[in-house]
Amino acid sequence: MAEATTAPAKRKLKWVGKRAPRPDGVDKVTGRAKFGADLFMSGQLVGKVLRSTLPHARIKSIDISKALALPGVKAIVTRDDFQDMASEFVPAGEMMINYKDVVRNIMAREKVLYEGHPVAAVAATNAAVARQALKLIKVEYEVLPHVIDVDEAMKPGAPLLHEDMITQGVEPAPTKPSNVAKRVQFAVGDIEAGFKKADVIVEREYHTQPVHQGYIEPHACIASVSEDGQADLWVTTQGHYVVRAHCARLLGWDISKLRVTASEIGGGFGGKTVVYLEPVALALAKKAQRPVKMVMTREEVFRASGPAPGAWVKVKIGATKDGRITAAEATMAYQAGAFQGSPVQMGCMCAFAPYDLENVKTVGFDVVTNRPKVAAYRAPGAPISEYAVECALDELADQLKIDPLDLRLKNAAKEGTRAVYGPKFGPIGMVETLEAAKNHAHYTAKLGPNQGRGVASGFWFNIGGETCASINVNEDGTVSLIIGTPDIGGSRASHAQMTAESLGIDLSKVRTIIADTSMLGYTFLTGGSRATFAGGMAANQAAGDVIKQLCSRAAKIWEIPEDAVAYEDGFVKPAGANAGKFPALSIADIAKKAGKTGGPIVGHAQINAQGAGPSLGTHIVDVEVDKETGRVSVLRYTVIQDAGKAVHPSYVEGQFQGGAVQGIGWALSEEYIYGADGRMQNAGFLDYRMPVASDVPMIDTVIVEVPNPRHPYGVRGIGETPIVPPMAAIANAIGHALGTRLYELPMSPPKVLKAIGQNEAKGQGRGH
Amino acid sequence: MSKHHVTTTINGDPVEYLCEVEQTLLDVLRDDLLMTGSKEGCASGDCGACSVTIDGRLVCSCLVLGVEAEGRRIETIEGMAKGDALHPLQQKFLDHAALQCGVCTPGFLVAAKSLLERNPNPTETEARYWLAGNLCRCTGYDKIIRAVLDAAAEMRRS
Ligand code: FES
Ligand code: FES
Repeated sequence: MAEATTAPAKRKLKWVGKRAPRPDGVDKVTGRAKFGADLFMSGQLVGKVLRSTLPHARIKSIDISKALALPGVKAIVTRDDFQDMASEFVPAGEMMINYKDVVRNIMAREKVLYEGHPVAAVAATNAAVARQALKLIKVEYEVLPHVIDVDEAMKPGAPLLHEDMITQGVEPAPTKPSNVAKRVQFAVGDIEAGFKKADVIVEREYHTQPVHQGYIEPHACIASVSEDGQADLWVTTQGHYVVRAHCARLLGWDISKLRVTASEIGGGFGGKTVVYLEPVALALAKKAQRPVKMVMTREEVFRASGPAPGAWVKVKIGATKDGRITAAEATMAYQAGAFQGSPVQMGCMCAFAPYDLENVKTVGFDVVTNRPKVAAYRAPGAPISEYAVECALDELADQLKIDPLDLRLKNAAKEGTRAVYGPKFGPIGMVETLEAAKNHAHYTAKLGPNQGRGVASGFWFNIGGETCASINVNEDGTVSLIIGTPDIGGSRASHAQMTAESLGIDLSKVRTIIADTSMLGYTFLTGGSRATFAGGMAANQAAGDVIKQLCSRAAKIWEIPEDAVAYEDGFVKPAGANAGKFPALSIADIAKKAGKTGGPIVGHAQINAQGAGPSLGTHIVDVEVDKETGRVSVLRYTVIQDAGKAVHPSYVEGQFQGGAVQGIGWALSEEYIYGADGRMQNAGFLDYRMPVASDVPMIDTVIVEVPNPRHPYGVRGIGETPIVPPMAAIANAIGHALGTRLYELPMSPPKVLKAIGQNEAKGQGRGH
Repeated sequence: MSKHHVTTTINGDPVEYLCEVEQTLLDVLRDDLLMTGSKEGCASGDCGACSVTIDGRLVCSCLVLGVEAEGRRIETIEGMAKGDALHPLQQKFLDHAALQCGVCTPGFLVAAKSLLERNPNPTETEARYWLAGNLCRCTGYDKIIRAVLDAAAEMRRS
């Protein structure tokens, strides 16, 4: 299929790069936009979930008879309503899931494995009746010992979550089951030899706690199944095609029977790439033969939807006196939650990815514990391992008395560098972001007492994947762009901009619509920073298809050969020998006559987008530590990142800023806190403390543009990298403010106070 | 479970409804009046997505009972634009890209409007503290604060 243009990045761009109005903007500032919980259907029921209050127990029996007899209760589902599934791994966003586990996560079967694990679900005429019914369901449990901590879970003799779990990736295979699902390893060169060459070696251990994606909109959906088995699902999700696939599979339905519509989505950050309520709502709707709406409470979101893992990471880095790294090693264990599949593999792949190293080894363990199954959270896996590495690098710079940015520059990955996980990088912007950081006024600004500055870099791969787009040329020459990736933060705008650019028409003539699953072929989810990249690629190809058709229609109208016309800025002109013979035809002119020249003009593209380019970033942060309370204030923050090409700079900046502030929360205040009883103690926004407006300063941004040669507009994904550097940048800043370092997240006031106390006992306090 | 009859004013219009005693104003707005512009992010007063004003006072509608609206004046996001003219705050939120997913936006707009009614010339710090009851997980607040300050400046000019 013809590309609209092969190298538009080189020509003057009219729409790409502009801060264009956002098609869904007005609806979102007026309250008109419909999110997951905003749809009502005639005769709808309310669905509610009975959840385990125990972290680990065998289910002996479930008695629903009393609940079913309650007036107003229309359906109840339990494990008996879902077929068991064989072990089969499928991609879910950037992570893998196993259907055998998914069917157990949406509804407990043999055991409950975490507090919040669904045990039954009720559909009733209203919420009060549904809640009353939940109380009437009798579940008999055999309580089992639980394990919350990753180190405890790895010990021999720890309570086993899955009695048949044999660690994969170990030779010879262990004979006994354990909570370690998998060991992964990536290695190049010879680290022993590398460490021998080092003049200085830094070796440290870091700990992090689980953090929640924290989207403000809870999971929500409404399902309707008619008597003939045709089903509709309205849901807040990052990928409605993926939801359709999972639900059809879990329920044993034909995919064609189920139409899924993505509502507006109130944040996801990776957490809305998996299914929780959706198959349950469909099962209830089928049983009740009435629409069922299900909405999680905030508490349910915390207790039962995926956080990012907590972990430990051991890092060892050796370098020569002049700052060249000779060997680097990291070992890490990530909590997967109740089922295997933490993003530890990505943690291992990303740990040292920003650097060009000869001898590297990373080893990871995927460990199950009695916590909710983790889900993707922005650059899944990377923020944890890179936090550890970027902190260790900073200590190395201190010891070598080299500027931390210079140390990174000396070892930076470039075009042609081979990553530890195999491929050679194309053009990437690591050096450019480091240089921009060095030249930024922030880097040399004066600091006051108890203040410190930190820097850190970050890497994320970005992905492409299956993507469809259609462009309908309307009768008046305006166009509708139909795309299959839910718009989570302005992607409709950037898709419209790229389409207007490719077609050479005014942006106001393009309207972007997010298709439901029946309108367009399979399109992978919004995640992996792929929506603007892959959607733009597909839209550009669909535009190429439209242009081809426009040319052929014009040729028909003029009765000249198809190759004797040219397309330019929304007009078809006669070319070659015919140049100037006929007046140019606009899209509107051609569209008006489409009925006479072959019917409607529709461009399609269906691609598996390849060539996603990694995005690298470097952050600078200044903090002040209150030595009396241990409170850390972020005074100034600068994000510098390579966007390839910023299609809509405002939304690129927004991604940078939002990621940085999520990182500030991860670094300073957010964590899952568990009691000895295995129950989460802070399942609400009051106690799970995400940053509010008064906690943070303005977040300055610098957009670096090293174009991705494999994208028609040079686009890289940008959404995930921004959450990678903040934790280390802040830890390094605190380290410089205090003259002593912290090795555990979050760096909350009690931990900071403890570090100050230890430091003063050693008599090492210094300004910055 | 007999329902209570409530007579109130919402966005200037007289409204009557029946509600259970335990229903919050947010439940009534969303589930009974189908005014879904106000969002539920937490139901515990911690996120501000449900912000409305009652007799000009900013509240979390998830913490107010439906029966408490009796005889009061309720303003919601649905009443913010006048005709086809957006409120300056709404326009500035669009101009500054102060929303990504947009689910927090109604709450921020209602809260910011309430701020500017009291303090037409807030400092950045004042705006940040006034809006500290509204959570946004997408934007990092930068563009929201800029939009509010810019709207305040424009409203002072006109
Ligand atoms: S829903 Fe009312 S404050 Fe969160
Ligand atoms: S824009 Fe998504 S929560 Fe604020």
